[in-house]
Amino acid sequence: MSQIEFKNVKKVYDNGHVGLDDINLNIEKGDFAVIVGLSGAGKSTLLRSVNRLHDITSGDITIEGESITKASGKKLLEMRRNIGMIFQHFNLVKRSSVMRNVLSGRVGYHPTWKMVLGLFPKEDKVKALEALERVNILEKHNARSDELSGGQQQRISIARALCQESSIILADEPVASLDPLTTKQVMDDLKRINKELGITIIINLHFVDLAREYGTRIIGLRAGKLVFDGPVEEATDEAFSEIYGRSISADEKLGVD
Amino acid sequence: MAAPEKSYDQYLTRKLSQKTLFSMLLILFLVIWSFIYTGFSITDLFIGIPQIGELFTAMFPPDWSYLSDILQPMIDTIRMAIVGTFIGSIIAVPVALLCAHNIAQSKWISVPMRLILNIVRTIPELLIAAVFVAVFGIGQIPGVLAVMILTISIVGKLLYESLESIERGPLEAMTAVGANRIKWIIFGVVPQALASFFSYVLFAFEINIRAAAVLGLVGAGGIGLYYDQTLGLFQYDRTAMIIIFTLVIVVVIDLISSKVREKLT
Repeated sequence: MSQIEFKNVKKVYDNGHVGLDDINLNIEKGDFAVIVGLSGAGKSTLLRSVNRLHDITSGDITIEGESITKASGKKLLEMRRNIGMIFQHFNLVKRSSVMRNVLSGRVGYHPTWKMVLGLFPKEDKVKALEALERVNILEKHNARSDELSGGQQQRISIARALCQESSIILADEPVASLDPLTTKQVMDDLKRINKELGITIIINLHFVDLAREYGTRIIGLRAGKLVFDGPVEEATDEAFSEIYGRSISADEKLGVD
Repeated sequence: MAAPEKSYDQYLTRKLSQKTLFSMLLILFLVIWSFIYTGFSITDLFIGIPQIGELFTAMFPPDWSYLSDILQPMIDTIRMAIVGTFIGSIIAVPVALLCAHNIAQSKWISVPMRLILNIVRTIPELLIAAVFVAVFGIGQIPGVLAVMILTISIVGKLLYESLESIERGPLEAMTAVGANRIKWIIFGVVPQALASFFSYVLFAFEINIRAAAVLGLVGAGGIGLYYDQTLGLFQYDRTAMIIIFTLVIVVVIDLISSKVREKLT
């Protein structure tokens, strides 16, 4: 049994556009899987269907053997708690402190009334601080989140996902709004988390060279169809040309090494 | 080779559209019709002006000694406004959450809630107070209730509009974390809307002080009652005292409140 299994997953939007077309895919525990493809190929839809931020039209997605497609109520919330997520625009509450944003990753573990009163146990605060230390922004824990730079904000959101103690982290274009240098730092953070904690990472990336450098596995989408799935070594220039439907141009490489 | 002279006549002649013409005629009709039937005339105005002068002379000097008599009702008025604003603001929160499309996430909830809120907003507070006086009798309770309703309509409306403009991202993140509805609101919505909420509460309080000052006219407690009495007994010097005192209180509270609101945004 793979950690995440997609079985004949299909997504048709209300306007008739086919987002995902019969996807069959297995993600193994500890994978650093990079989803590549042109914009509109369905990368984001695929990623967001894992934790059901998007509902699929037909097929099934199972996580550790349990169907998230069929889950509802408390079960769905518990399954989502096991899947951290990082977004392109960080999705932090800008007015809240760094600490509160990171702690919000733990709300799924406690009863509602305690969360309304903001009563996090001390262990949680320690976990939040550990997470911040892991991404090297411990000393900023008291700052208001919007006082920090883009790269630092993305690290807060990584800390939030870490604090959630999930076994999977989804990252939807996490470096698309960052400069090349910060991109490298954020990608290194993700790689370290993957290696040291064994957390499975599924990530959408725009840049081919980043995908090659960090991924252990490449998943290629083209117009909602799975057109490539294999270890990074097999993802040759030809394979990428196939995914993109043309040869790779310079602007699809970030050029950082 | 000279190009044939092009004529732009079709662009130059702008005809009044039928819609514009009709609207203008309608407005003209309404204005004339209203003038005729209200009996407004400049001559009446000129006859009235000396009377205004007489009223002013009757008002001055204001009866300063009356201040001690109206101090207590003025404090009552402020207390009515505080209690009404407090209760109303608390009730306004769930109301606003249910009105906001992005939070209620069902038109079956938000649209009817908005309709109710809009209807309540159209009822003048004096009318609301009068109804409550009929139910609860003369006193401060109907005044407090009227202020409360007024607060719900003001804060409810402003808050739901600002709720609809909050960033979606953090909400999405809270969904992904596995938060239930209440945790989602506490961690995603509240921190984004808290500052504007307090600002709207203060704004409502400013309006409520002014409203509470006249609620006594219909028997709903506070300083308004004294206003009515002194006018009825032609004690214009006392009326003047009430007006000055009310003005001072309102200006002071507005000033403090707007300073605090500046800090909030």
